[in-house]
Amino acid sequence: MFALVDCNSCYASCEQIFRPELRGKPVVVLSNNDGFIVARSKEAKLLGLEDLQPFFKVEDMLRQNNVAIFSSNYPLYGDISHRVMSTLKAFSPQVEVYSIDEMFLNFDGMGWDLKEYGQEIKHKLWQDIRMPVGVGIGPTKTLSKLASRAAKTFPSCNGVCVLDEEHKWQWLQKRLPVTKVWGIGSRLAKRLEKYQVHTVYDLAQADSKTLRRDVSVNLERTINELNGIACYPLEELPPAKKQIYCTRSFGHKLTELLPIKQAVAVYASRAAEKLRAQNSLAQSIHVFLHTSPFEDNYHSRSTVCQTPYPTNDSREIVAAVMQGIDSIFTPGHRYLKAGVGLMDVFDRSFNQYDLFHPGQSGQSDKVMQVLDKTNLEHGRNTLFLGAEGVVRKWAMRQHYKSPSYTTKWGDIPKVNCQSVSKG
Amino acid sequence: MMKLILFGDAVPAGFPSPAEDYKEDALSLDEHLISHPAATYLARASGDSMQGVGIYDQDLLVIDRSLTPRSGHVVIAAVDGELCCKQIDVEGKRLVSANKDYAPILLSEEQDVVIEGVVKASIRYHWSG
Repeated sequence: MFALVDCNSCYASCEQIFRPELRGKPVVVLSNNDGFIVARSKEAKLLGLEDLQPFFKVEDMLRQNNVAIFSSNYPLYGDISHRVMSTLKAFSPQVEVYSIDEMFLNFDGMGWDLKEYGQEIKHKLWQDIRMPVGVGIGPTKTLSKLASRAAKTFPSCNGVCVLDEEHKWQWLQKRLPVTKVWGIGSRLAKRLEKYQVHTVYDLAQADSKTLRRDVSVNLERTINELNGIACYPLEELPPAKKQIYCTRSFGHKLTELLPIKQAVAVYASRAAEKLRAQNSLAQSIHVFLHTSPFEDNYHSRSTVCQTPYPTNDSREIVAAVMQGIDSIFTPGHRYLKAGVGLMDVFDRSFNQYDLFHPGQSGQSDKVMQVLDKTNLEHGRNTLFLGAEGVVRKWAMRQHYKSPSYTTKWGDIPKVNCQSVSKG
Repeated sequence: MMKLILFGDAVPAGFPSPAEDYKEDALSLDEHLISHPAATYLARASGDSMQGVGIYDQDLLVIDRSLTPRSGHVVIAAVDGELCCKQIDVEGKRLVSANKDYAPILLSEEQDVVIEGVVKASIRYHWSG
């Protein structure tokens, strides 16, 4: 059996941990650069706020309804997610961190009442961390994910749903559209309409061999999983990323090349750092730049540039990206966002050497080691490339960021030891 | 927090250190003060209402949410949404300050009080540099 533990409105819940007065109140969290709504507390959802709504469109409405607004505070969310994960390790020998707010647990061989065990997990995470969660339990990962949806949707579940028998999961499958299945997006759902597949149940009963031939082998696996046959094991170690992207909006719109180049150099350095952390190399780099899709004359361009040999040296990668950005920058536009993606990432041990080039030098590795070690020990941006610029006028807008309560000494919560004039 | 290792392996040549086989980890304040890292947070005291139990203004508080408070424990409570430090009296159903100038708070139905953890330790700095 598998369990999926899913944090409810994760970022909004993180913001309520050290602000008890906000519990039970509408709270929203905005994306990087305060662009979109990326998390809503239950009360904010009840106001009719949608996921990914542009902030500027709803700002007045939020203020009228006294909604608490926060910029994303990733240091806080990362720390809380880590606490949730380490607490869960006491409940199962195998935990897979699927995302910042979802963890799979292996429940094999647990002979006791799993519904009660799920309640215990839910209670412990609230007691120790103040993170509200839903728990879905089923014989496959796909069914446990479906169960976690039911745990949130049906109040009678009280946050925990166990699908341990066929009639239970079939009851649920008949009531959910196929888009609610793990890995089935709206595009695939559209394709499945041709096969008379509308509900999850339709998919579970469809002919898996036909769909394997016509669509993909993954879809056959999903069908098996929906019928209680496990095809996906727990992955404790995340697989090394095959692509590494770093994309962000600028704090305000940029019209000149120099600050754009500085911003893109920072993104490229960050991507290179991640590349080194997983001991990989890359050679092809995707660079893109665009204006706001909400303004007229939307302009967007991208290019792929190459380094001379597979590398993870920030200097090589930044140099290639600088040429790329020169080639796609067009004067006369108000640019909002840029990004850098390392596309053909592969493990260093598989590197094929070039007959005519020795590849990345040992000297280069040494310089990068010093760079990473210095930034690890003395904080990010202690050492950086000149191309990244010193005065970062383009930096992200984060007007509503909460304190880093658990990761910065100056930001820890204050506790009142003064008169509370009640009682 | 940093952990210091007492004996390293920095003996490039010559006679190996006789202490090598008796290596132990250095004392860690983290381990001493924090039994449940995932449930523990730090906060700063602000005010003088808890001087009676030795918590002074600006002291650092180590707070563990996983502990069950018993009478006499120092706890953090959210009183009407605000984090406060009090001593709990479970039988008397009230929160008291360790300073007689402050009135106790009753744990009643109508008052919104939630316990936000037990204060396991408080830390004072005596050297100001």
